[in-house]
Parts: sequence; C-alpha cells; structure tokens
Amino acid sequence: MPQTAACPECDAQITLRDDTLEGEIVQCPDCGVELEVLSLDPPELDLAPAEEEDWGE
Amino acid sequence: MATEERRKVSIVGGSGYVGGELLRLLLFHPHVEVKQVTSASQAGRYVHTVHPNLRGVTTLQFTHPDVLSETDILFLALPHGQAARSIERYAALARYLIDCSADFRLRDPAAYVRWYEMEHPAKDWLARFVYGLPERYRAALNGAHYASGVGCNATAAILGLAPLADAGLLREAVVDIKVGSSEAGAQPSASSHHPERSGVIRPFKPTGHRHQAEVIQALGNGFPLHFSVTSVDVVRGVLATCHCLLHRAVSEKEVWQLYRAAYQHEPFIRLVRSNIGIHRFPEPKLLAGSNFCDIGFEVDPDTGRVVVLAALDNLMKGAAGSAVQSMNVMLGWEETAGLTFPGLHPI
Repeated sequence: MPQTAACPECDAQITLRDDTLEGEIVQCPDCGVELEVLSLDPPELDLAPAEEEDWGE
Repeated sequence: MATEERRKVSIVGGSGYVGGELLRLLLFHPHVEVKQVTSASQAGRYVHTVHPNLRGVTTLQFTHPDVLSETDILFLALPHGQAARSIERYAALARYLIDCSADFRLRDPAAYVRWYEMEHPAKDWLARFVYGLPERYRAALNGAHYASGVGCNATAAILGLAPLADAGLLREAVVDIKVGSSEAGAQPSASSHHPERSGVIRPFKPTGHRHQAEVIQALGNGFPLHFSVTSVDVVRGVLATCHCLLHRAVSEKEVWQLYRAAYQHEPFIRLVRSNIGIHRFPEPKLLAGSNFCDIGFEVDPDTGRVVVLAALDNLMKGAAGSAVQSMNVMLGWEETAGLTFPGLHPI
C-alpha cells in the first residue's frame, strides 16, 4: 500500500512512490510546491529550501 | 452484445454560436445522433456554411423551424424570449427539452419582471425546469425532462462563490467579470463592429447585470452580492474575480480544504492555485473549447479578503457544454460523454 503524507502548504494527500528516499524532493500535484521527504516512517514532508539567486548585491 | 440505440437529438436555432457549439459536441457524442438543425435564415444550406469548423464532419443541412419533427431530445438555442412563447409546441415534439436561453432559468416569475423587464409568457412552466448546472443541481437533473441553460457569467460566479457561501462564511462578495465578444452572440451590432470592439476594455454592466439573478437564486441572498461586467478583447472566455469578505479570517490552507471538499469529485472543476510555473491562477484562454471551470484563490494576509478566480469558456461550460452535461445527467449517461476535450496549449 503506497504511503501518503499531507502537503504542509495546501493539505493535499500526496502519494509517495514505493522507491521514495528520505531527503528526496517531491512536488505537490495540487499547489505545485516542492517538498523534502523528511522521513518515511512515518511519512513527513516539509517545504523544500527554495533556490535562491545571487542578484549581485 | 446488443448495440445501444442512439437517441435522436435536434437543435432549434442552430446557426448561432451556442447552436454551433452544441452541434460540434453532439456530432461526437457516443449516445446521440443529430437529426435536425433548424435555422429560419439559413434553411437549406449546409451547416458548415455557417460553422466552417464542421466542414467534412457532417453533411447536415439547416431545416426551417416550421418543419421541425418529433425527436427524443430537443436543444433550444434561440434568442431570449422565443422558447417561452412556443414551449407547448416544443414539449409536444420531444420528451427531453434543454433550453439554452434565459427563459426558464429563474423560478420566480417576478424575477423576470425585475431582471428582464417582461411578463413571463409561460409562468406555469418555470417550476418544471431544473437549472442546468449539474455541480449545483445534479440530483434534480437526474431523471428530469426539462433543463434550462445557464448564464455564462452566472456560472463562473456561482461555481467560484459556492463553497464559501455554503459554508456560511460569506459576508459580502464583489464579483468583477471580464467577458469575451462571443458572449454577445452571432448577430453583429454597432458595438461589435471591429473598429469599435477591437482593443476594448469596455465597462458593459457596472451594475444590474441579469445574470446576477441566477447567482442569487443558486446561492441564496444571505450576503450582499455586487456584480460588474466588463467586455475585453478576446473572443471566448469569462474570468470572474470574486472579492470575498468573510465573517472570520481563514488561512489559505483552509480555503484549499473547503474547495477540495466541494469539488474533488467534480469532473469539470479543477483547482488552479500553483506556487510554481507561469500558470498559477485560472486563465480563460487555456479553456477555449473545453468544458472545464478552473477555480483558484488567494488570501490577502493584510485584510483577510479572499480573492476567488473562476475561469471558463462562455460558449462551453457557460452554455453548450453545461447543456450537454445536463443532458448526460438527465438521461443517466456518463457525465463526461462528449465533453472530454481538454483545450489547447499554446493557443
């Protein structure tokens, strides 16, 4: 049975593939945010660190 | 296995834009066969003379309305006021009627006096029709014989506001609607003349738009509804920007939960509120030709205002698409039959 976890942004139930690894980045199909798999037992997700750009300041 | 017999369907008023969309949909519908398409002005001509996208798809010719014959299902796509004046004749010709005009959308005869400035000529028939929006009236449409059409602007507003209204959260709603030129129909006018219409952002009805009556009927009058309509320079499309003032503050996650609970099983409603990419909110352009209504939202953290956006194709989900969807429900067919086109990208 595939594991599911709630998206911390929009509360969608995200189904994790069987081969999902801890530390992997997955995307919420509803709100599109990228999420880091913090743990698999129990499944837990958090917002992945956003890629930041250096604007030369 | 026995082959299912297709139901015979005819379209009255087939030379308009809604009639053309109905024909496009019904020609590919798995459970019906188009028998007659009437037009007083185009009688005898091939339908592709008026609807060029259907060239090579059908050899049907328009017939005169006077020779309309019995059929199983009759779609009426006439200018407002005409269906009501001849409803007895149409009902005698077909067991199932779906009227795309405004003639049978409102239950209250007094509402026609207020919003359409007319005494309804067939008041007794109003209660026999079900408002043809399955997302709101599916149970009543199931097995019904008479369905009304929907107003395109009303549909966007109803579907956009319904989850908040049903939850009792709406204190006041300001609905600002942008619409494309096809909403005005196929008959040209001074206002649709290209030099006048091209490039417009034209305030059309800042107050008093007739579709407001349908929204009130569908959602109740438990909150003040402000409704403004502006014509913009596209052919198809409605975007309803609904500024919602609530009785209490809500988080965006709560709005997600509310709308997901209301629409997760709806085949033609998609929630569009993405944090990534360029298509983060509903856009009518992406829905041209499809029966989807895309709905998105954002909460203003400073004021608590919830901005709900609802987009659709006015000729599809706002007219012919909902009419065919209603037919599917009325006759117990799969609700998506004939309506699975997802739109185009890019377009």
